[in-house]
Amino acid sequence: MTNTISDVGDAAGILAIGTNTTEAHPVIGFEIKKAVRKGTKLIVANPREIELVRHADVWLRHRPGTDVTLLMGLCRVIVDEGLADASFIAERTENFDSFKESLQNFDLDSVAQTTGVPRKKIDEAARLYATNAPAAIFYAMGIAQHSHGTDNVIAVANLAMLTGNIGQPGSGVNPLRGQNNVQGACDVGALPNVYPGYQAVTSEAIQKKFEAAWDCSLSAKPGLTTTEIIDAAHRGQIKAVYIMGENPVLSEPQARHAEEALRKLEFLLVQDIFLTETARLAHLVLPGVTFAEKDGTFTNTERRVQRVRKAIEPPGDARPDWWITCQIGRKMGDRGFTFTSPPRIMEEIARLTPSYGGITYRRLEKGGLQWPCPTTEHPGTPILHTEKFTRGKGQFVPLEYKPSAESPNNQYPLLLTTGRSLFQYHTGTMSRKVKGLNVFLGEELVEINPRDASALGIADSDVVKVISRRGEVTAKAKVTAVSPAGVVYMTFHFAESPTNQLTNPAIDPIAKVPEFKVCAVRIEKKDTRLD
Amino acid sequence: METIKLTINGVEVKVNRGTTVLEAAQAANIYIPTLCADPDLEPYGSCRLCVVEIEKIRGLPTACTTPATNGMVVHTETPAVNEVRRTSVDLLIANHPMDCLTCRQNQQCELQQVTAHLGITERRFPRTDQAFPVDTSNPFFDLDRNYCILCAKCVRTCDEITGINAIDLAFRGYSARVATFGDKPLIESTCKSCGECMVRCPVAALTPKETRRPIHEVKTTCPYCGVGCQMYLGIKDGQVITVRGDRDNEVNGGHLCVKGRFGIAEFVHHPERLTNPQIRKNGKLAETTWDRALDEAAARLGQYAPNEVAVIASAKCTNEENYVLQKLGRAVLGTQNIDHCARL
Ligand code: SF4
Ligand code: SF4
Ligand code: SF4
Repeated sequence: MTNTISDVGDAAGILAIGTNTTEAHPVIGFEIKKAVRKGTKLIVANPREIELVRHADVWLRHRPGTDVTLLMGLCRVIVDEGLADASFIAERTENFDSFKESLQNFDLDSVAQTTGVPRKKIDEAARLYATNAPAAIFYAMGIAQHSHGTDNVIAVANLAMLTGNIGQPGSGVNPLRGQNNVQGACDVGALPNVYPGYQAVTSEAIQKKFEAAWDCSLSAKPGLTTTEIIDAAHRGQIKAVYIMGENPVLSEPQARHAEEALRKLEFLLVQDIFLTETARLAHLVLPGVTFAEKDGTFTNTERRVQRVRKAIEPPGDARPDWWITCQIGRKMGDRGFTFTSPPRIMEEIARLTPSYGGITYRRLEKGGLQWPCPTTEHPGTPILHTEKFTRGKGQFVPLEYKPSAESPNNQYPLLLTTGRSLFQYHTGTMSRKVKGLNVFLGEELVEINPRDASALGIADSDVVKVISRRGEVTAKAKVTAVSPAGVVYMTFHFAESPTNQLTNPAIDPIAKVPEFKVCAVRIEKKDTRLD
Repeated sequence: METIKLTINGVEVKVNRGTTVLEAAQAANIYIPTLCADPDLEPYGSCRLCVVEIEKIRGLPTACTTPATNGMVVHTETPAVNEVRRTSVDLLIANHPMDCLTCRQNQQCELQQVTAHLGITERRFPRTDQAFPVDTSNPFFDLDRNYCILCAKCVRTCDEITGINAIDLAFRGYSARVATFGDKPLIESTCKSCGECMVRCPVAALTPKETRRPIHEVKTTCPYCGVGCQMYLGIKDGQVITVRGDRDNEVNGGHLCVKGRFGIAEFVHHPERLTNPQIRKNGKLAETTWDRALDEAAARLGQYAPNEVAVIASAKCTNEENYVLQKLGRAVLGTQNIDHCARL
């Protein structure tokens, strides 16, 4: 997030696009609803009738995969009606003219046609966003998980820059990160192309810095992403994988392929708290511990580094994950793994990561710190880009509409989109162990519009097969108008109905995020008499 | 912000303009009994226990709804004030079960506290029994309307704080009660089970099913989503038994959702937790010692060229753990094939 959770209430307008905030980020959902109660205008752009729709001033029910068109349409209205922030554009941005020109390709009648949103609503939403400043944009995986996800993110940034909604409390572009420490894992370099602090592996100076710090020689070529690692394992190029606390057998797109790939490995090491679907395939399983049994830090979606504190002893002979990795490092003869505790590790992170430079456990005792926090005197940075952008001027980028990699056809007439439930978490490793949470949602439900359901002769709670080009999954149907006609919706929390055997591994060329939000499927009522 | 001065029970109190008389008294550590006020909720003024006398103002205004003004002189414990409070509490306890010793809320009950403050030792009004069935349908907390004093904190919470509006005050007079839409059990309502209402209920009408109380608490960060709510884990006998939101931080200000509040102890203490290293022998996983497991890990990982190995770190683990794992991948295994499930 460019801004903080606590300034949500300062927003006069909020656009929530591609985020089912009340399910995936419930406490931020509370804050958004509280703001609306106090008069903030809310625009919700979502194909599904999510809870926030009830609180919205305008609901844009666009077709999945048409976000760029919708956002460019909003920009077009803002420019045509003279609602753009000319002084912000002049002082803080560049390339506006070619962006403006590209808006000519987004004739508003065809925008309405592509997105399925009536023109009147597009006008209304654009005016609402442009005239209620400061206005904040919230988005989540509904924007990112597309084969053109990078374009979606750029489209969001264009809209915010166009109206000068960057850099003050209550404004900003606020991606909501799903898992508890996905922000932190990225920050400390668990990515194939950057060292801790997003320092490029291709930069010679950076490479030298880490070679000196770690006393080793390093490769200057970016490595493979998780999805690419799986592919490389499937081809036999990758022979050994060390997985800590992840369950790709359920979370990867085209999950059956992921499972086949892991089975081909000569050596699979899985470190986790439960024998997950992935750990069952391992040659070596090492028992890690939960957050309650170790010290450390997580970084939340607003870049705030916060303490995790050991509250109880681990069960049996389970050990903290940092300890396990350090032991392996030592056994392999490296002297850089003599850390005796997490605060010592943070000292090294701070030394090598400029944005974490001022973060120490002592300071965190008083509360979290938001990076960039370069020095121990620096108070942290609640709001980004207050005076300039990281690259200096903000760059407007002209965009065009690219359809999703897969569109419905005769054989696969429905569009499947995926998401998260409030009552479960990711692949269910933790949440499914909690009986009470399973009372609320204990199995996969395929949301299907009453119109599609009746055409297929499907009633609520019927068992159905969802079939894509990559696989088929069985689950119960939930007939509901929450999903629009032509669109079905599933979560990916349940091993028994592994939704990601259906999803499309087509990835965004830059962010390499798979297209989880759109794939073509057909649904058949399962004839239980035959089984 | 402009500060003003007022006098409460002869003590001079300085507060910001916009503060209520109740907040001014609380800031000066002067106790005014209340049952419907909550720092997170708008003033409501229904329990009438916070009545006070204010010089030059007629009647007995409620402190929670009266803004403090400069030069105001307030008396919180006069005979007239205490008589009104006494009558209000008499009415509240007329039908209250009063089984304090075995009550889930014993010693944490605000009604108990108020009754003690007023020195009430007996019921003045005859009891008109009316037993409601207890709603135990929610897996984490119960709603026992027999204890309810109709302060509406739960209803206001579910409106003002969570925006879910699953419950409301329904019916009038003796049948007045907290109800879901259509008077259905909670589990069939739109309730999202966040428990925000439960933590604010002053009596034992909304209580957690987990009735044990912790010996000590440890502050930490929720492991479930990217919001990063700050919470206290309550510990007893080496086990996490309760979770409480931390009010003093800017992230969640004490609020939690169902996963954070109710979804932790059971997975942490689940019998299927891995407790020993396991190594595959003849196709089956079998327990082994740490020494052998770590030797095996080091020996096997060491066999491969940089382009033959990969590490997958974790969006669920700590920064420190992700850091040492990417360092191992890069500095020891010599590979840049390092990722986690950020994109998924
Ligand atoms: S648990 Fe949460 S959603 Fe349910 S009634 Fe209470 S406040 Fe409302
Ligand atoms: S259930 Fe508790 S919070 Fe709700 S009205 Fe009754 S006493 Fe008040
Ligand atoms: S309590 Fe709920 S909203 Fe807060 S971090 Fe945990 S899962 Fe997220």
